Amino acid sequence: MKRLTPYLLILPGGLWLVVFLVVPLIFMVSVSTQQGDVVNGFVQTFHIANYTDALGQYRTQFLRSAVYGLVGTVLAILLAYPVAYWIAFRGGARKSTYLLLVLLPFFVSFVLRTVSWKFLLADDGIVFEPLKSAGLLPADFHVLQTTTAVIGGLVYNYLPFMILPIYVALERVDPSVVEAAQDLYASRVAAFARIVLPLSLPGVFAGVLMTFVPMTSDYVNAAILGGPDNTMIGNIIQTEYLVNQDYPVGAALSFTLMAALLVGIFGYARALGTQNVLEAAAR
Amino acid sequence: MDLRTSPAFLRGMTQNRHPSRRDALRLAGLSAAGLALAACGVQGQRVAPPAQDAVAGYWSGKKKNGALRFANWPLYIDKDGSKYPSLEKFTAESGIKVTYQEPIQDMTTWFGKIQPLLAANQDIGYDLMVMTNGIHLGRAIDLGYLVPLDHAKLPNFAANASPSVKNPVWDKNNTYTIPWTVGVTGIAYNPKYVDGDITSIQELWNPKYKGKIGMMLDVQEVANFGMFALGIDPDKSVQADWEKAAAKLQEQRDAGLVRKYYENDYVDALVRGDIWITMAWSGDIFQQITEGENLRFVVPEEGGTIWTDNMCIPKTAQNPVDALTLMDYVYRPEIAQMLVEYINYITPVPATKDLVLAHAGQEKGEDRKFLEEVAASPLIYPSDADLARLRSYKSLSSAEEKVYEGLFQPITQG
Amino acid sequence: MRRRLGDRLLFGYVWLVMLWLFLPIAVMIVFGFNDTQSKSNVSWQGFTLKWWGRLGDYPELLDAVYNSISIALIATLITTVLGTLLGLALGRHRFRGQGATNLVMFAAISSPELVMGASLLSLFVSAGVQTGYRTIVIAHVLFSVSFVAVTVRARVVGLDPSVEEAARDLGASSWVTFWRITFPMILPGVVAGALLAFALSIDDFVITQFTSGATVTFPLWIYGAVRIGIPPQVNIVGTCIFAVGVLIAVVNSVTARRRATA
Repeated sequence: MKRLTPYLLILPGGLWLVVFLVVPLIFMVSVSTQQGDVVNGFVQTFHIANYTDALGQYRTQFLRSAVYGLVGTVLAILLAYPVAYWIAFRGGARKSTYLLLVLLPFFVSFVLRTVSWKFLLADDGIVFEPLKSAGLLPADFHVLQTTTAVIGGLVYNYLPFMILPIYVALERVDPSVVEAAQDLYASRVAAFARIVLPLSLPGVFAGVLMTFVPMTSDYVNAAILGGPDNTMIGNIIQTEYLVNQDYPVGAALSFTLMAALLVGIFGYARALGTQNVLEAAAR
Repeated sequence: MDLRTSPAFLRGMTQNRHPSRRDALRLAGLSAAGLALAACGVQGQRVAPPAQDAVAGYWSGKKKNGALRFANWPLYIDKDGSKYPSLEKFTAESGIKVTYQEPIQDMTTWFGKIQPLLAANQDIGYDLMVMTNGIHLGRAIDLGYLVPLDHAKLPNFAANASPSVKNPVWDKNNTYTIPWTVGVTGIAYNPKYVDGDITSIQELWNPKYKGKIGMMLDVQEVANFGMFALGIDPDKSVQADWEKAAAKLQEQRDAGLVRKYYENDYVDALVRGDIWITMAWSGDIFQQITEGENLRFVVPEEGGTIWTDNMCIPKTAQNPVDALTLMDYVYRPEIAQMLVEYINYITPVPATKDLVLAHAGQEKGEDRKFLEEVAASPLIYPSDADLARLRSYKSLSSAEEKVYEGLFQPITQG
Repeated sequence: MRRRLGDRLLFGYVWLVMLWLFLPIAVMIVFGFNDTQSKSNVSWQGFTLKWWGRLGDYPELLDAVYNSISIALIATLITTVLGTLLGLALGRHRFRGQGATNLVMFAAISSPELVMGASLLSLFVSAGVQTGYRTIVIAHVLFSVSFVAVTVRARVVGLDPSVEEAARDLGASSWVTFWRITFPMILPGVVAGALLAFALSIDDFVITQFTSGATVTFPLWIYGAVRIGIPPQVNIVGTCIFAVGVLIAVVNSVTARRRATA
């Protein structure tokens, strides 16, 4: 009985995860090589060409998503690091209050946040209209439906996933060590570069994992803030599944996306010299 | 709100023991076994079309249930606060309680939602819905998803409907549908940014408006405009014409002229100034104008598109008799008048024009002005000259449909 | 002096970022009080409270909010039970297959929502399962169960096993020991996990869109309404959900601090 206990405990949750996470992935792979249409049904023909066709047609969107994800992640580091640093080392007794403050905006629904940006950035909206009537901007200046708007939205929406891990890493740095280092190196910059930065890097690495993956596979920001030339691979997958109901193409694309992300993550972990992904995420 | 980043969770993550490679391999083995299991296909949805005497067969023995679930597009019925006066009147007269909802945003998504249910013969949750003529309505008819109407129960339709909406090409003799409203796709623009009167569709290709031009996401809408721009009549078009039109539209997109391929959100974009000139639906623009926005709507001299939103009964309707009762009720001139005064699209009941004018005579000030505008508007009661320039969507066979979508979809959704 | 300057620059930068973070939220809240006449809420027309009284103008919006809340409650209940059991097993026991369990859980946490949604829909269309309310609940439990498990495990690992041993030595059965001793000790972890699950569920958009069929939740309704213009009522509901979230977070952190100092 005692030996069975852990298995009984994991049974319901484990079953749920297997039936609704692992099995669906298998079905997705199966659907990705089928042929047909939604009216007549799809038949398994092991049509590998679904992959080559889909990749040929949507190479641009794949590349674009990767670029948006990379640029967005770098921007997120630049924005998140100073904030996390300031809270961890200058927050004093109110650290957790400041942290809560930074996270507050993310208590608003994700879609609503994005819609709010669309509203703010409107060509004749509350930000640009005054600038335009003052003659500071040309009348046809716009941010909506540009790359800037989409990447801006991505960074905004996924910023907490960068701030938090960096903060957790920084918070573990003992301030007395930093002080000692400052005495030793006699320069704040040197102390930061030699002590604080290396100690916080695992947090940055985890943050990169936690932001790059969702940014790359996002479609809401491109749909609400983007234009015809900002379509990401997520938009295509969403359209194929939910609008065109062309499941095989959608499945082939999303399996490719997953595989590409996995390769990327493992490559990234390898480059960092960590044994596997988890260590970077879980340090 | 997103607490994925909560400290309690992060604390947990940092204790993660990572799985060994052996575990991963074991999982991979399990997956391979499952793959064999998943190798079956996705079931088809085709059903046999209904028989010839379907009307009598369907309606015999059907009774009024006193309830009706109505699915419509947003802002597409008269509304007073949270009440729908025309529906309340209907309930008071007939005893049929109406559950009115607005789940329809565009045909593709709507058809995607109801199609699997209808194929499986399941209730879609509605007894009456409004579908635009075009690819999806054609498909719904072909697949036998709609109930053939009993015209003996539609006397008001027979008496009051405009001859122009009877017996349309996409639904011979109104077998399955009768119109809710009729609309026109033309060009809307903001005179604040666009100088002079716009008359030509070529303005949508004018580099002066680079990045400030709105086009529609819908394949049929955008294809028609591509054809109008080239002087092609969509009704008579063949594949070679579609290819030319697609090239014309691609050129417009590649030149960076198009801000976005919009759904209904073009109205907002136009009002906010995100776009200056755009493909537009007549009723939307009329509503904005009466709300005080400075906008114009024109049917381009090269041509515009006329479309019809049609009431139809899904085959799994639970209250078909109640649905049919409402379909006839809205063809009573005084009810059609209530609707047109709010919806501001072309009404299928021409007799409403005099009723709206008479109503205007009883009102004062703003309301009177508005009603007079409605009665005089070419967007609601179009002139013969306008009507002559209007074309429908091209009727397509399912083989043609694939070619057509293959040509135009990459432009709007690529 | 240099030190002060650097600090001041950093301080300024942090507040700029904060401003950027709060700008859209402030706009959302403020425009819930906009006295707009038109059907779309685009420019400031003056202050009004009228939209609070007219939440019922969009019955579908209220239905969507109701769906969101009820789905979140049901999903949270299931998730909390399953996740707590998983967390207990992983924190308390050593067993074969533990690594595989961790791997699957990590996969559930880190895989892109888009891929999860697409694969779930692939399963549902292949198996002929009609998507709707139930499939949304299934999906929500799926993506949040690992979060609860990880949170509970953290609590379990931190427990002192000697308390339970003492209870057992005093003759308590393992059932009694669990409910009287273990459960109260892990309760904070369970509550934190449940809050997390609720928060994840009520805000989810991507997986929900793939598994929703004809059912509409609050985020789905907003996404649909983007096409026709967002009415001020959405801002109000958004503000309310925001306020509840803030309240929970504040209460949570205050009680946590009280516990810490007690």
